[in-house]
This record gives sequence, C-alpha cells and structure tokens, in this order.
Amino acid sequence: MKSAVIVFPASNCDRDAQTALTALTGTKPFMVWHGDTEVPDVDLIVLPGGFSYGDYLRCGAMAAQSHIMRDVKKKADAGVAVLGICNGFQVLTEAGLLPGALMRNADLKFVCRPVELVIEESQSAFTRRYSKGEHVRFPVAHGEGNYFADDATLDRLEGEGRVLFRYAPGDNPNGSARNIAGILNEKRNVLGLMPHPERASDPLLGSISGRPLFQSLIDTLS
Amino acid sequence: MKARVFVTLKNGVLDPQGKAIGHALNNLGFDSVGEVRQGKVIDVELAERDEAVARARLKDMCEKLLANTVIEKYEFELKP
Repeated sequence: MKSAVIVFPASNCDRDAQTALTALTGTKPFMVWHGDTEVPDVDLIVLPGGFSYGDYLRCGAMAAQSHIMRDVKKKADAGVAVLGICNGFQVLTEAGLLPGALMRNADLKFVCRPVELVIEESQSAFTRRYSKGEHVRFPVAHGEGNYFADDATLDRLEGEGRVLFRYAPGDNPNGSARNIAGILNEKRNVLGLMPHPERASDPLLGSISGRPLFQSLIDTLS
Repeated sequence: MKARVFVTLKNGVLDPQGKAIGHALNNLGFDSVGEVRQGKVIDVELAERDEAVARARLKDMCEKLLANTVIEKYEFELKP
C-alpha cells in the first residue's frame, strides 16, 4: 500500500503518521507539502493532526483552502482513501469532504488523554479488522473536537452506517453529538476521526489498538 | 470601501464561551444579564466602488471562508 501524508505549516502529528505507516506498511509514505499542487499516485492520503496555520479563523479553515487540498479533493472524488486524524478531521469538514463541523469542546478545556471508543461499524475499509461493538483505547489531544451536525445529518450518518467510532458511554471528552468520534463520507472512502490511531500503534506508546485500522487499509488497498 | 463582517453562531448551536462570559458577568454582579453569545468581527478593505458589487463579493467571501455556514451565520455593513 502506497501512502502520502500531507504536511501543513504547524502540523505536528505528520511524523507520528509517517512512523506508524512506515512500520505497518513497510514503505515510507510520501511527505507532501501543502504548497504542492499534486499528491503522488497513492492508495491512501493522510491528513495529520496538529494546528495547521495556527488554527487561524477556525481550525482547519485555512488548510482547507490550500493548494494541495484541491488535488486531495479530486483524488477523494476518484475513490482514493483519505484518513483525517484530529486536525485532519477538522480540515475535511472545512473542505466539505465530510458533513458537520468540529466546535470548541463543551467544557472549553483542551483534553489530552486516552479515551475509550466503541467500534460502531466494521463494514468499512478502515475498520474491517475490528469487530462491531469492540472497545478500543486511542489517545485524544484537542480543544475543538465537539462534533456538530443537524439532526437530519446525524440520523443519516447513523442510518447509513457511517459512524465508525463513538466515544464509549460516559467517556465523551468534548460534548460531541451522539458521542460521535469518527465518520465516513457517503462513498465510504474518506474517514475523519478526532482520536489518534497512529499514536496507539506501537507497544512503546502503551497501546497497539490503533494498528488494526492501518492493517484494515492494507488488506483493502494492497 | 470598507466592510465590517459579523460572524456569530447560529441560534441553537451551543456557545460555551458565551455561556462562560455570561456566568462571569453574573458573578461580577451584573444580575440583569441573560444569555450571552460570542462572535467575531472581521474588517475588510475593498477596492470595489459599486455597493452592489461589493455586497455580492462579501457574500461570496463569507460563504467560502469567513463563516462556516454549518454552524455560523454572518452579516456585514459597508462604509464608504
């Protein structure tokens, strides 16, 4: 599986993603600068966590307008898998590749800790190595991860099996609607999630429960 | 021409910052304060001279960047 990680100014999980992808796919991902106009021909594009453009205006708003995102959109439309983690999720909503928006955490606090997640759906390229209902622990680290969408959109996401990750009951760190932690687009090739699977992919980091996400992608895309 | 753009959260969208400000005002003894909502003000200088054209351009700017219309609404005023 060939992959690329997009690097925006103030991305700070780009190298975490690079390390996890290199270890699990055996191939180094392309690191693609935001000012470039084309993503190399790959199977997976990762939008990493961080504080792209200093979170100016709104988290992800500036990155969504960057040169490289035009090509990311084009490739997403053509079916290339796109994974947005944390700030990457914010960029995907701002770019219109995923519905809804990520708002300030309901308690206004930056939250940085492992959270318990429930795999809501294993029928996807991103979660086929998990079982439905399985509990996993990924770290979160964000101040604006409070997922918001109108009720019609939320009903549709749930009805179409597009909510892949939910915070376990009682462990919602940010006030997200219906405990939503990660969602798919309609074509099921774009996933955005606030928790960090790449930071749960090595025993040294205390958890490897993020590995099956990358292994699912390898199964599907290799 | 100068424009002032106001971006605020839509009604019904939770505004925890506004709530915190409201609580702080109550704590300071401003008992009459009810709901508080926080927003942004963005000043934009425009080369356009025609007001209708400027308004159309501003609307486009708000829709494309200045506001996230999933959660925010916007309005603007023009000054010559």
